[in-house]
Amino acid sequence: MNDPWIQTLLVLLILTDLVMLGSSRVGKCIRVIAAQGVLLAALILALNINSLNGHVLLLAFASLFVKTFLFPWILVRAIRRADVDQAVDPLIGFGPSLLIGALLMPLSLWLGTRLPLPDALASSLIVPVALYTMLIGLFLLVSRKKAITQVLSYLLLENGITIFGVALLVKVPLLVELGTLLDLLGAVFVMGIALFNINQTFEHIDSSKLSFLKE
Amino acid sequence: MFFFLFGLCCLAFGGVGALLVSSRRWSGILGAGGALVGCPIALIPVLEVLFRGEKLAFHHGWSVPYGSFFLKIDPLSAFFLLPILLLTAIAAIYAVGYLEKEEKQGSHWLFFNLLACSMAFVVVARNGILFLVAWEAMAIFSFFLVSFEDEKEEVRKASWIYLVATHLGTAFLLVFFLLLGQAAGSLDFDQIAAMSAHKTLPSLLAGTLFLLAIVGFGTKAGFMPLHVWLPEAHPAAPSHVSAVMSGVMIKTGIYGLLRMIPLLGKPEIWWAWLLIGIGLSSGILGVLFALAQHDLKRLLAYHSVENIGIITLGLGLGFLGVAVGSVPLTVLGFAGGLFHVLNHALFKGLLFFGAGSVLHATGTREMDRLGGLMKAMPWTGATFLIASVAICGLPPLNGFASEFILYVGAFKGVGSFGVLQSLPALAVLLGLALIGGLAMACFTKAFGVVFLGEARTEAAENVHEAGAFMKIAMVALSISCFLAAFLAIPIVKSLIPAIAEISSLPVETVAAQLPLATDPLLGLLLVTGILTLLFCGLWLLRKNLLSGRSVELAATWGCGYQRGSSRMQYSSSSFARPLTELFSPLLRTHDEITPVEGLFPKGARLKTHTPDLFQEIIYRPAFKAILWAIARLRWIQGGNLQLYILYIAATLLVLLIWKL
Amino acid sequence: MLLAPLLLGIINKTKAFYAGRTGQPLLQAYWDIGKLLGKGAVYSRSTTLLFRLSPSLILASMITALFLMPSGGLLSPLAFSGDLILFAYLLGLARFFTVTAALDTGSAFEGMGASREVLFSALAEPALFLSLAALAGLTHTYSLSAVYFGLNIEVWKTAFPALLLLVAALFVVFLAENSRIPVDDPNTHLELTMIHEVMVLDHSGPDFAFIQYAASLKLWLLGSMIVGILVPLRGAGFWLEEILFRLGMGLLAVLVGYVESSRARLFLPRVPKFIGSAAVLAALALLLVLR
Repeated sequence: MNDPWIQTLLVLLILTDLVMLGSSRVGKCIRVIAAQGVLLAALILALNINSLNGHVLLLAFASLFVKTFLFPWILVRAIRRADVDQAVDPLIGFGPSLLIGALLMPLSLWLGTRLPLPDALASSLIVPVALYTMLIGLFLLVSRKKAITQVLSYLLLENGITIFGVALLVKVPLLVELGTLLDLLGAVFVMGIALFNINQTFEHIDSSKLSFLKE
Repeated sequence: MFFFLFGLCCLAFGGVGALLVSSRRWSGILGAGGALVGCPIALIPVLEVLFRGEKLAFHHGWSVPYGSFFLKIDPLSAFFLLPILLLTAIAAIYAVGYLEKEEKQGSHWLFFNLLACSMAFVVVARNGILFLVAWEAMAIFSFFLVSFEDEKEEVRKASWIYLVATHLGTAFLLVFFLLLGQAAGSLDFDQIAAMSAHKTLPSLLAGTLFLLAIVGFGTKAGFMPLHVWLPEAHPAAPSHVSAVMSGVMIKTGIYGLLRMIPLLGKPEIWWAWLLIGIGLSSGILGVLFALAQHDLKRLLAYHSVENIGIITLGLGLGFLGVAVGSVPLTVLGFAGGLFHVLNHALFKGLLFFGAGSVLHATGTREMDRLGGLMKAMPWTGATFLIASVAICGLPPLNGFASEFILYVGAFKGVGSFGVLQSLPALAVLLGLALIGGLAMACFTKAFGVVFLGEARTEAAENVHEAGAFMKIAMVALSISCFLAAFLAIPIVKSLIPAIAEISSLPVETVAAQLPLATDPLLGLLLVTGILTLLFCGLWLLRKNLLSGRSVELAATWGCGYQRGSSRMQYSSSSFARPLTELFSPLLRTHDEITPVEGLFPKGARLKTHTPDLFQEIIYRPAFKAILWAIARLRWIQGGNLQLYILYIAATLLVLLIWKL
Repeated sequence: MLLAPLLLGIINKTKAFYAGRTGQPLLQAYWDIGKLLGKGAVYSRSTTLLFRLSPSLILASMITALFLMPSGGLLSPLAFSGDLILFAYLLGLARFFTVTAALDTGSAFEGMGASREVLFSALAEPALFLSLAALAGLTHTYSLSAVYFGLNIEVWKTAFPALLLLVAALFVVFLAENSRIPVDDPNTHLELTMIHEVMVLDHSGPDFAFIQYAASLKLWLLGSMIVGILVPLRGAGFWLEEILFRLGMGLLAVLVGYVESSRARLFLPRVPKFIGSAAVLAALALLLVLR
C-alpha cells in the first residue's frame, strides 16, 4: 500500500524541512511553515480520501487556516512591528546544519522501525517523516538564537506531531484530539510571543541572552 | 614448506652477512642479494598454495609454555605473502640505488631483511605466542628502519611516536590472546577454530574480543582514530622502507582481523556496522587530510589510511554478508577488499618509490618547492602518473578493478534488502564515491604540482633522473599494476578458498557466486580494449592531421599577463584550498599570514598548516595527562639505594602474603 | 552520435533568442570543430608529452562511455552487470587528464580552473552514484541498458515521485558536470571566472577539436540519461522511440538555454550547497525506491 501521491506529499514535507534548515532569512522560514500547512492539509485529505467525513474536512480546513494563514500572518505582523532583523543567526552554521539534517534521516528511519504501531498505515514512510520533522524541529530549537526562529522551530516540531496524528486519525481518534489541543497550545504560544516578547522588548529577542539570569 | 623456510633463511643470512662485511659495496650486494634470492624461492610454495589450493604445514616442538612452533600456509596466508615477498624483492632493488651514498648499509640491510622475514612469519604463524613474537619482531625491526636517519631530530621524534603507538596496539593484542586462550584452552589457531565450530562464545566475551582485535590490529593498520603514527613515521623512514611499511606491513593488521574474527564465531551485525564506520572515517578523513598536506610523503601516508579505509569497507561488507546470510555480499565484499590489499601494495609502493626519487633528486619533500620535474625525470614522472591513475581508482588500472568489485557489492547490498538493512551498503557506496572524487583531487594535485608546470625553485631545476636500479624497480611495479588489472579474473578466482575460510562457507557456494565479480571484470577488460584501440586510433589521426602542418612552441597563454614567474603557478595549497575550506570544521587548517601592505609591498607570506585532528583533540591531551600523573609519582624515585631495596622487599612481601 | 555538437547549437540559439539576438548558426559547433581539425598546433614550452596525449585520451574515454549508453530505440553495443559504475569512472578518467593537462601548462589561471573542477566533481560524484543506485534499485538491474529498458510507463505509474526527484538530481549533476550556469559560465569574458573553458585554454588545432567534441559528447551522455528517464516509451517501434528521444534531447537543450539566460551564476562558495542539494534529492529518491 504505497500511494505515489501520498509519497509525493511526504517527500515534499521532507524537502520543506531541509529548506527550513538551510534558509538564512526569517521571512523564508515563515513561508516554509505556511507551505507545510498546505501540505499537511493535503495529506489529511489524501490519507482519508475513501472515507471523507465532516471530521476530516474540518481538520484539514483548520490545519490550512491556522498554519497557512493565521500563524504566518501573526508572525509577519510581529516582525514588522518589532522591526526584527531578517537574518536567522544560527548557533550552528547552515552547512553543518544540513549535514546533521542528512544524518537525522537514517536515524528517524531506524526509530520508525522500532516503534510498535498498527501495521496498516498508508505509507511506511509516514512515521519516519513525522519523526524526522520533529527531530528537525528540535534541532532548530536548540541551534537557532532568536526568539522568532524558536517559535518557528516549535511550529515545525508541532507539524511533525500533526503528521503523526493524521497517520493514526482513523485508528486512534483520541490521540488526534490531543494533537489538536497541542495546536491550540501552539497558537497561544505564538500569540504570547508575538504580543509580549517581540512586541515590547526588542532587546530580549535573542534567547541566548536569557542566560543573563544565571549570573 | 622447505622452499619457504629456505627462502626466509636466505633473507636472514643476507641481512646478517651484510652487517658483518665491512665494505659498503659488499654489504649492499649481500643484503639485496639475500632478498632477491630468498623472496622468489619463498614465493614458489606461495603460488602453489594460491593456485592449487593446498595447505602446507610445519610443526616443531617449542619449549615455551602454551607455545608451539606451528606454521601453516593456507590460501589466506598465501594471498598476503604474495605482496610481502614481491614488494620486498622490488624494494631491495630500489634500495640499492637509493642508498648508494649511505654509510650505514650493513645495519639497514640486516633490519630490512629481518623485517621481511618477520612479516612472513606473522602471516604463517598458527600459534598465539609465535604470532605475538613475530608481531613484536616486526614492530622492532621496522622501528629501527624508521629511525635509520637518526641524526635528524624529526626522525627521532617520529620513530618514538611509532614505537609507542605500536606497543599500545600490541598490549591490546596481548589481552586479546590471553582472553581467547583462556576461553579456548589453547593458543593454537586450529584448536581454537575447532572449539569455536561447536561451541559459541558468550556474546559479551566475543564482543570484547572483537573490540580488542579492532584496536590491536587497527593500530598497525592505521584505522582513523588510531592512525597517528602513519603520517609521522612514513615521511621519516627511507622511501623504500615507507613503501614496504605502507604497502604491506600495515596490511598485516588487516590480515590479523581476517584471521582472528572468524575464530570468534559467527559475526554479529554490529561488527559489520563498526567496520564500515571505521572504513568510512578512515577513508574520508584520510583523503581529506591528505589533501591538506604539502609534504609529499605525508600526503602518501594519509592516503594509506584512506586505502585501509577502502579495504575495511570491503571487510565490513563481507562480514555484513556473513551476518545476514547473504552469500553474494560476502563474496563481493571480501573479494574486493582482499584484491585491494594486493593492488594497494603495488601502487602505493610505486608512489613511495617515486616520492623517494624526487627526494633523492631535489632534497625536499615540500611540494610547493617542486614543479616541472617531468621533463628532467621522465621515468619517475611516468611511473608516478600510472600509480596516481591507479590509486584514484580510475579504469583501466588495477585500483579500479578492486573498487569495481566493491561497488558492485554495494549496489547489490542496496538493492536486495529493506531500507534499514540497506543503510550500511548505502554508506559504503556513498563513501566510495566521495573518496573517489577526493582522491582524484588529491592526486591531480600531487602529480600536477610536483611533476608538471615549471620548476618553482632552483632545487627543482637542476635535477637528475633516478639511477638504473631505482628505475628498474619503478618500472617493474608499473608493469605489475597493469598486470594486476589484466589478470584480475584469475586473481579473484584464486581468492575463493580464502573467502570460503573467512566466511566458513563451503568452497562450492563461494565459487558459485563468483561470476558476480568476474562478469563485471570481463566487461572491464572489453572496455579497456575498446579504450586502447580508440586512443591509438585518435592518436594516429591526430598525428596524421598534424604532419606537414606548423607545430610551434610558445609560452603558455598568460591571459594577457606575460611576466609571470614560476612561483606564480597555482601551488598545492592553493589547489586544495577550496576543498580544505569546505571541510574546515574537520581539518582546522591554521594560516599564518603576513599580508601585502602599502603601494610597494616588501613581501608577503602565507603559511598553512593542517594538524592531525585526532592528535590534537585526543592524543596530545591524553599524553599530557599521563605525563602529569607520572610527574606526581616522581617522589617514588628518590635516588636512594636503600629505598629501592625497600621497594623490592615490600613487593616480594606483598606477593607472598597474597599467594598465601 | 554525430548529433552531439548540435546540442550546443540549440543551447546557444535559445540563449540568443532570450537575449534578443540572432545568435550563431545552429551548426556553429561543427564548423568550429571542422576548422580546428584543419589547423596546425601551438604548444606551450612548459608542457610535456602528457599535454599532447591527453586530448586523444579524453575523447577516447568519452566515446567508450558512449558504447555503454543506450539511447532512443537503440541498445548500447556493450552491456554487462556493473557497467553504470564503469560509465561514471570513464567520465572520471577524462576529467583526470583534463585537469593534469591544465596543470601541465603551469598557468595559474588553469590551475585555478582545475582546482574548482575537482572540487565540484568530487561533490557531484556522490549525487551521481546515489541516482545510479536508485535507478538500479528501481529496476533491479545493474547495467545501463537494462535500467533503460526497465523504465517503462508502468514503472512511472507507481514510482513517479522517486523518478521526478531523480530527474531533478540528475539535472543538477548534468549542469555541474558540463560546466553550465549556474555552476560555471561557458562564455564568460574573464579567464579568472571560468572553470572548464580555462582548463583547455592552451590546447590548439586538432587537440582542441578533440576536446570540444569530447565536451559535447559529455553533454549528450549525461543528457541522454535524463531524457531516457523522462521518455519512458519502450518497445513502441524503433522510429517512434528514436524521434521522441531526439525531440527530448532538443527540449533538454532548450531548457538548459533557458536556465542559462534566466539565472545568474552562483556565488562560488554556494555551489557546493547547490550540488549537495542534488545528493539530497537523489538520497530521497533512493529512500522511496527502497522502502
